[in-house]
Parts: sequence; C-alpha cells; structure tokens
Amino acid sequence: MSPASPRSFFDKVWDDHVVADLGDDAWLMHIDRHFLHELSGAVSFKGLDDAGRTVRHPELSFATIDHVVATEPGRGRSSRIPGGIDFMSGLAAGVARHRIRFFDVGDSRQGIVHVIAPELGAALPGLTLVCGDSHTTTVGGIGAMSWGIGSSDGEHVLATQTLVISRPKSMRVNFDGRLTHGVYAKDMVLALIAAIGADGGIGHAVEFAGEAVRALPIEGRLTICNMAAEMSARLGFVAPDATTLAFLHGRTYAPKGALWQSASDYWLSLASDEGAAFDREVRLDCNTLAPQVTWGTSPEHVVAIDAVVPRADAARDETGRRSRERALAYMDVAPGQALQSLPITGAFIGSCTNSRLDDLRSAAAVLRGRRVADGVRAICVPGSTAVKHAAESEGLAAVFISAGFEWRESGCSLCMSAGGESFARGSRVISTTNRNFEDRQGPRVRSHLASPATVAASAVLGRVADPRPLLAH
Amino acid sequence: MAMPPFVTLDAVAAPLVLDNIDTDQIIPGKELMRVATSGFGDGLFSEWRYRGGAREENPDFVLNREPFRNAGILLAGGNFACGSSREVAVWALRDFGIRAVIASSYGGIFHANCFRNGVLPVTLAADSVRELAATVEAGNVRLTIDLPQQQVRSASGQAFGFKIGALHKQMLLEGLDAVELTLSRSDEIRAFQARDRERRPWVWIDNDAADLAAGTDGPR
Repeated sequence: MSPASPRSFFDKVWDDHVVADLGDDAWLMHIDRHFLHELSGAVSFKGLDDAGRTVRHPELSFATIDHVVATEPGRGRSSRIPGGIDFMSGLAAGVARHRIRFFDVGDSRQGIVHVIAPELGAALPGLTLVCGDSHTTTVGGIGAMSWGIGSSDGEHVLATQTLVISRPKSMRVNFDGRLTHGVYAKDMVLALIAAIGADGGIGHAVEFAGEAVRALPIEGRLTICNMAAEMSARLGFVAPDATTLAFLHGRTYAPKGALWQSASDYWLSLASDEGAAFDREVRLDCNTLAPQVTWGTSPEHVVAIDAVVPRADAARDETGRRSRERALAYMDVAPGQALQSLPITGAFIGSCTNSRLDDLRSAAAVLRGRRVADGVRAICVPGSTAVKHAAESEGLAAVFISAGFEWRESGCSLCMSAGGESFARGSRVISTTNRNFEDRQGPRVRSHLASPATVAASAVLGRVADPRPLLAH
Repeated sequence: MAMPPFVTLDAVAAPLVLDNIDTDQIIPGKELMRVATSGFGDGLFSEWRYRGGAREENPDFVLNREPFRNAGILLAGGNFACGSSREVAVWALRDFGIRAVIASSYGGIFHANCFRNGVLPVTLAADSVRELAATVEAGNVRLTIDLPQQQVRSASGQAFGFKIGALHKQMLLEGLDAVELTLSRSDEIRAFQARDRERRPWVWIDNDAADLAAGTDGPR
C-alpha cells in the first residue's frame, strides 16, 4: 500500500507491529502488553517451566487474581471451588520466579484484568495487548489492539513477546444518532449482535465509530468492545480521541511529561483516514433504540425490553432453528411471551462488561430509595478494588446495600461459575454480564443479559423490567 | 512442546450440528479445576453428556451412542467453540479421542488453539457439513480427512476440499512446536524492538522494585 493511500486505525496499528511476514497470511506480531490471571496464567507458567524457558520481557507483563477467587467480604486468597487455590498459588509462584508485577488479593490495584488494564494506564492506545481471556477485546475501548488467547499462546508470548497470527478482515460499525434517556452502551452492543449474529464478527477486526460512540465515556466504549467477543470478532476497538486522552492522563503506567505529549500526538494520528477501506460496513440507528434484553442462550438471542420471545423459525436456516428450539426449552420461555412478564429470582451487577464506576452509578440511579423485591437475590461485584473504594466514598455502596444488594469484593464472580459461585439450580436471573450460555451462571441457571439500569429495575420489580419509568429525568 | 503429527485421519464422525456451541458447553467451568494440560476427556460436554450432578450417562447424547463413543471427528454447526478462550476445550476433545472438527466456522481463539495441540479444525460450507452429517446419520459413519490433499471424503463417495494456511499445515504435518519456531527468529524480534524503542518509547516501561514488592502486601 502506498503511503498516500488512506489507512484505517487497524491498518496503522497492524503495520506498526509486524516483526516478520511468514508468508501465506501468517504474521509474526510484536506484543506490547501481556496480562495474566490465575486460571490461564498458572497453566502458561507450567508450560514455560516444563520446557525450561524464560520470560523474555517480564516488564511488559502484568498479573492479577480475578477468575476463581471468592468475592465475599474478607475473602483473602481463597476460592469456593476445590482446586481454585492451586491456580492462585501457581500464578503467584510464576510471577515471583519470573519477576512479573502482580496485583494480588488485598492489593489496592487488584481487579478484573480488563477493568484494571485501562484503569492503571497499563493498556494504552495503539498497543497490542493479549490475555488468556476472550474478553480481552474490552481494552479496545481505549484504542488498544487487544484480544484473547489460549494458555499455549500465553506461553509463546512469555517466551518471545510475539505471536503468530493471520490478518483479520476489517469491519466498521457506525452507531448513528444519540441515545435516549435510560439506554446505554450495553443496549447498543446487544442490538448490534442481534442484527449481525453471534458469528457476525468472525475473522474481523471491528472498529466501533459514529456519533453515539464518540459521545460515550470510556466506560461505555469498554462495554461495547467487551461484547465484540460475543459476535466472535477477533478484535474490537474505538480509535483514541480527546475523551481517551483525558481518561488516561496521569494514570500509573501512562507516559508522563514530554513522553505524554509525543505519545498523544501519535495516538491521535491513529484515527482512520477519510476514505479508509473496510471489508464490511454496518450502520445502526441509536435515536430509536430501546433497552435490550436476551431471551435465549446465545448473545444473539436479543429483543427490545417491550418485545415478546420470537419464534424459532425466525432463524436463518434449519441448523439455526434447531439451535433456537433448544434455547427456548432451556430458558423455559415460549414464543409470544412478553419478556417483562418473566419473574426473576436473581440479579447480578458485575463482570468485565459492566462493573465500572459509571455502570454502578446508572444502577444506583434506579435503586436510590427503592428495595429489591422479595425473593430476589441481588449481588453487586465491583470490577476492581479501586472501583469498589470509589463507589464506597461517593455513597453508591450505601445505595446498593440499603436496597438489599450484597456488596462484594472484586472478581469475576457470578459471571462464570468456575469460581464455584452460582445462582440456585434452575433459577431465572438477570445479569449485566456477557454470556447467557447454558449453565454459565450455575447449573441450569437461565440468564438474561441487560444493562446495569435494566438489571436494577428488574431486581426492584422482581421481573424483567424497563428501567426508564424508574429513572428521574 | 512438540505435538503428535496429523497427516491422514480415518475415523468415526459424530454429528452435533448446532450453531454457536460455546466452549462452556464443550468443557464447563467446574471441569477446569486442575493446573494441567491433559486428562480432561471425562469432562467433555459434561452437562450434555451426563444427567444431574453425577456421571450417569444421558443415552440421548450423541457421544453416548454406538458407534459414536469412539468418534475421532466431530461434525458441528457454525461458530463452533465460540466464547471463552479456555484451551481446555481443545484438550478435552483431544483427550476424548477427537483429532479433527468439521464445522462451517469457528470461534477464533479455539481455532488458533487447535493448531497448538495437533487438532485439525476443518472449515466447510454449512451445506457440505449437513450433507456429511446426513451420510453419517444414515450409517456410513467413517470419514477420511486427508491433510496433504486438503480433502474430506466419505465412504459413500462424497469429497470436499478445504483451505488451510501453509504454516498451520506444516505445523500439523510435522508436529512442530510454535515457540521453538519463533525462537529461531530472535534476531528479527531484537531488530524490531530496537526500532520500536526509538519510535514508541512509552511502550517500554521498566520493572521497578516498588511494583514487584507491592504485590506481596495482600492478605494470605
């Protein structure tokens, strides 16, 4: 490509990381940051040590504990699941042996990997960042090129600070217009997945753009990029702008002084050029967007909050129809049933999707002066220890607690039952998380995904509920 | 770690043609709890394969039916193994005895993980996968996957070509170790990094003592 031809954000970041072209669409790419957590990190270290290899650049790696650690107050380094402790001690031993910075349980910087990476300025625009977790796409919200990897590739990064990957195709999603009151980034991305499918992003690097994205705070951009994983996109990102710079300025691992200035100039130069080409473009109107909620077991099983459960034959083919029939049976819902008629017994606010301060504020706006309905177990798990402390000092924690929410320590918790935390067998819950998969939040648990405000409203009313009538204008 | 090579596979193919089968179904979270890279075959599809909490087999599930108990190939729908990055999804399939999957598309992380473990993810058109599933369900249960020729063949004469990247193909055919291959390019990595330190100095943070010490402050 000649220097004069317009390039997208992705083209520019990609070009700046090519170590070697290995032929036939295999590329050796430099990795600028590597995040480790106990569940995949412990296994990566085991592979590395078994092969007698060393860490090439320990200073470019970060580690924390989030996946299987318990989240009850006063937990320490404990897990509710047998074997969980082995992952935590395996990670702790690995980081000590290889001199990698580690935000352990009890450290004020501990939290969910994808929440702390931007919070600490460890993730920066234009960086390649990987982690053994599919939701690493989250960090694209500050303009990083970030993606999830397996533990063997984690070992590869530890040993070489590179990965061998193919070049994804490019897609741009334009979110046009402005969100109305009570509608959030989560609703935008759920509506997008409904439109393009859970496989809509396969093999693509997805740039989220448009007026509605530009208007979002960094927290909302992180939410959208988080769910890029749920459309099976390889990457999801928002090109850095003034909002990004304001968010990162002064953070621990962000550059300072003259270096900040040259970095900022570089970051702003990464925006897609006018006329840059994309393999696919999608548009979505946000002016008329309503709160969204899932009815099934795939993140593409989404409808507006005031809609009914769709028929299985709305699928695009026979395989899709059978998949939807299975989802209807698992969720115990019937076509034509109103989503808002579904009673819930569990509500969860947390996860790398929606556990940042802005998310807790939007839920608290619904909960203030209200109580969780009888028979509903409601739990809030802040995304990081720093978020928890901030929420406590600005009075949000008190709102959650007096509404009847459990107020926990930070971790992945009920987003996945790997840590042994789960809702009661067969219960119907509403959750700010990213996956409504079968058994994801406990055995036979039926999960409906929604924004923090929708989860809060549903907790109060004891059924799937529209948050807008409960929000003051 | 070097992998067992993959050249040609002739095996029973089990049909499980649903879309969006996620890695939480392939290996549920509660099955992950060992710091290990093998021994996960028993947990494969455990929520679908067994009833209740115990390991009592669900006779309706395909891998509990003859001859699919001995499947070496899995036929699946679109976006197979989407979701979580857990590499255990590949280890569980491999440990059960499945060395290849045939699907119309894959979750990207699973697809990459397969090549690190000697498992071949074959991509065919959705119609072709359904045709093969129909053949298998009619009783012609064995398929042949010929990696050198990049072809899937059935006993009833169907043949479908598939694409695979040259490096992935070579790694599978020869059972190559990816880390070893990349370490042989250390000079190129060093040269890139020297240029990058000039161009993007803010990337190159130090490992200072305060960082390393702070992590030991937490409660035990």
